[in-house]
Amino acid sequence: MIASLSIAQRRNGLAFALCLALLGLLMAAAAQHGPMVVHGAMALVLGIALTGALARAVYDPPPEAARASFYYDDPTRFGIAMTLIWAVVAMGVGVWVAALLYWPEATPAVPWTSFGRLRPVHTTGVIFGFGGNALIATSFYVLQRTSRARLADELSPWIVLLGFNLFCLWAVTGYLMGITQSKEYAEAEWYADLWLVVIWVVYFVLYIRTLARRAEPHIYVANWYYLAFILVVAILHIINNLALPVSFAGAKSVTIWSGVQDAMVQWWYGHNAVAFFLTAGFLGMLYYFLPVRSGRPIWSYRLSILSFWGITFFYIWVGSHHLHYTALPYWVQTLGMTFSIMLLVPSWASAGNAIATLNGAWHKVRDDATLRFMFVAAVFYGLSTFEGSFLAIRPVNSLSHYTDWTVGHVHSGTLGWVAMIVFGAIYTLVPQLSGRDQMAWPRAIEWHFWLAVTGTLVYVVSMWNAGITQGLMWRSYGPSGTLTYSFLQSLQAMAPYYLLRTIGGGMFLAGTLLCALNCSATARAATGEVAASDRPLLPMPVE
Amino acid sequence: MSGGHRQIVDPVTGYETTGHEWNGIRELNTPFPRFVIVVLLITVVISAVMWILLPAWPTGHGYTPGLLGLTQEGEAVQGFKAIADGRASWRSRFAGDDFASLASDEAVMGMAMPAAARLFADNCAACHRVGGTGGPGFPSLADQDWLWGGDPATVAETVSVGINSTDPDTRSSQMPAFGRDGILTREQISAVADYVLALSSGKADPASAGGKIFAENCAACHGEGGRGGLGTGAPSLADDQWIYGGTRADILTTLQNGRQGVMPSWKGRLAPADIHLLALYVSRLAKAAP
Repeated sequence: MIASLSIAQRRNGLAFALCLALLGLLMAAAAQHGPMVVHGAMALVLGIALTGALARAVYDPPPEAARASFYYDDPTRFGIAMTLIWAVVAMGVGVWVAALLYWPEATPAVPWTSFGRLRPVHTTGVIFGFGGNALIATSFYVLQRTSRARLADELSPWIVLLGFNLFCLWAVTGYLMGITQSKEYAEAEWYADLWLVVIWVVYFVLYIRTLARRAEPHIYVANWYYLAFILVVAILHIINNLALPVSFAGAKSVTIWSGVQDAMVQWWYGHNAVAFFLTAGFLGMLYYFLPVRSGRPIWSYRLSILSFWGITFFYIWVGSHHLHYTALPYWVQTLGMTFSIMLLVPSWASAGNAIATLNGAWHKVRDDATLRFMFVAAVFYGLSTFEGSFLAIRPVNSLSHYTDWTVGHVHSGTLGWVAMIVFGAIYTLVPQLSGRDQMAWPRAIEWHFWLAVTGTLVYVVSMWNAGITQGLMWRSYGPSGTLTYSFLQSLQAMAPYYLLRTIGGGMFLAGTLLCALNCSATARAATGEVAASDRPLLPMPVE
Repeated sequence: MSGGHRQIVDPVTGYETTGHEWNGIRELNTPFPRFVIVVLLITVVISAVMWILLPAWPTGHGYTPGLLGLTQEGEAVQGFKAIADGRASWRSRFAGDDFASLASDEAVMGMAMPAAARLFADNCAACHRVGGTGGPGFPSLADQDWLWGGDPATVAETVSVGINSTDPDTRSSQMPAFGRDGILTREQISAVADYVLALSSGKADPASAGGKIFAENCAACHGEGGRGGLGTGAPSLADDQWIYGGTRADILTTLQNGRQGVMPSWKGRLAPADIHLLALYVSRLAKAAP
């Protein structure tokens, strides 16, 4: 990692590492007690470790100039490793909280193991830890190859990856210690949010600088999606997290939004986190790895334009469908509902484009589990976007809202679409980055595929059943004009579904664990060879 | 640039590529399928119709109200009215508290008791458990042993004002912390605990040391024979029912720290008719019990 940095970059890195250590010290000293001290200590330890490593290397020989003729893939390797670590940890916590819903009495009498603290550890861990690292790692990989250019510099990708993972660590450890902003998918407290803004700006600048160096005349569609992801997530994150700290020496902050405006801003953020974090970036992944793995051209350039601008324009409006039948004015709900309906065709255009791309490669889908991961991802993308538009219709929502149908819908998107496309991408790029033809255990990919597909189906089908059962029990009236079921009865009816959900999640987790072990075995057996075709078009000196 | 702008015809689909190429990735110049455009237009038309019919677009100071004239408040009022209409045939009877005539009217009770069961499960079962069997700290309602009385009027009063609650008319019931507050010595507590255990097995000797301590300190609330006092909320100690547990250790804990169980006042949360429903339901729970 450090050997690939130029001497100047090592010096700059040293300065950054010192700043990080100082920041940590400052946080810990200012707070004096509570979670902020722990977080300050984490930054301090990371800063000191990096300072030590960089200081020792400042007078080492500079890296070979020939590196300019290769892509810079070390950050991608690190990012993929972090992706898999977060996946195993956060999906493990997911299975844990699923089990707690079936065996609530199994909650130990320790505050940090309560459901309310563990649940955001699961969501933040999978969305940001697993999804975010996968997006950053693959974006560097795809950006370089579709631009035929090396990353603009070697230091900023490390700032992005290390900084982002520090954010994730601050977030989840904060929840365990009991600090939260109480905004779904934006629970991390103010200083973690500010830190992420800095990291995100570095990411955006690196992306733009590298794109500006491209040796290709056109910007490939995958890069549009990655850029939309980076840019819009920055806007969402900043606006939803506008908050005043109670004290600069403490973790607690108060949002500047109030009442129904707060709810609207939160769900504008919440749904666009789905759109631009969990969709746009992963469509970028799909648009690169699917044609590469299948050896087929993208079926329709025009459909990719239609779906890109359709998604970008319509998605921004739909967040209010999370607030049907609330204090939010009716007209905002109508707009959220109708834009959700109009979003269907651009979403299906992406899914259809991906599936049509496989025309002429169906024999590969049959034989190659990696390509099958991507195919299943596209199918689940189509399925869950249809379901999303359907659930956004007000009367449908009156049945589904507050039930486990929502949970099933989210997991059909995250397990079926997001995680599957990530695994397809990982199984394509890990052997390639290891200089090998295939993964160390090719048959394990097949096992992983069937564990993942079965686990997802068991999970999603049980939650559909659970949600529709709940929705119907809650609105069923008897002959005396009163509710047929008490809330308790609707909860007792959930037991078999909650057990099945735990089993489905457990299967998915087992597959993920297999993937992590397979990747680790592949990386250990790396040859260090780089194919002649996998190079920048021209040697690119570092800026 | 690699590939330049060479258009190639894809042999599988017969479409030309766009001529762009990125490290081997190409794109076909497939035209929009007519189907996609038609469905996109259909979704736009559906949306436009909804914008015309429903409240939709902001206009600065207000919004377009929609031809159907729907409002959320209107929908809510209509929904509540429909619910009230569905119950009107029997619920008005419960506004009053003539429990005797209500209880004897099986037609009304047949309609009302399923509703009362929902009310009980949603509001009471969290502490008293489904079926009212109670648990540690929460008395059973499905037996004949009452702290304050089990006739519907008394139950309605208890539900209304609560026990040790924040309501000004609350029922109050305090078991002092005999040990912690130094009212009795350790030896005395030990002796009276033995006496209480003996009470429930029917072998108590009032002349024993524990019996004398009981008569001086406990009988004022729990009664001479430990049979409880309905005016004070003190439970009977002469049966095999225990709220806080009947082992010697449980009884010692109770004597040491006292007990001040709380039941909330429900009159601000439930309508009088609901409280009357619950009172009849709870009194029937006890009657149904063996």
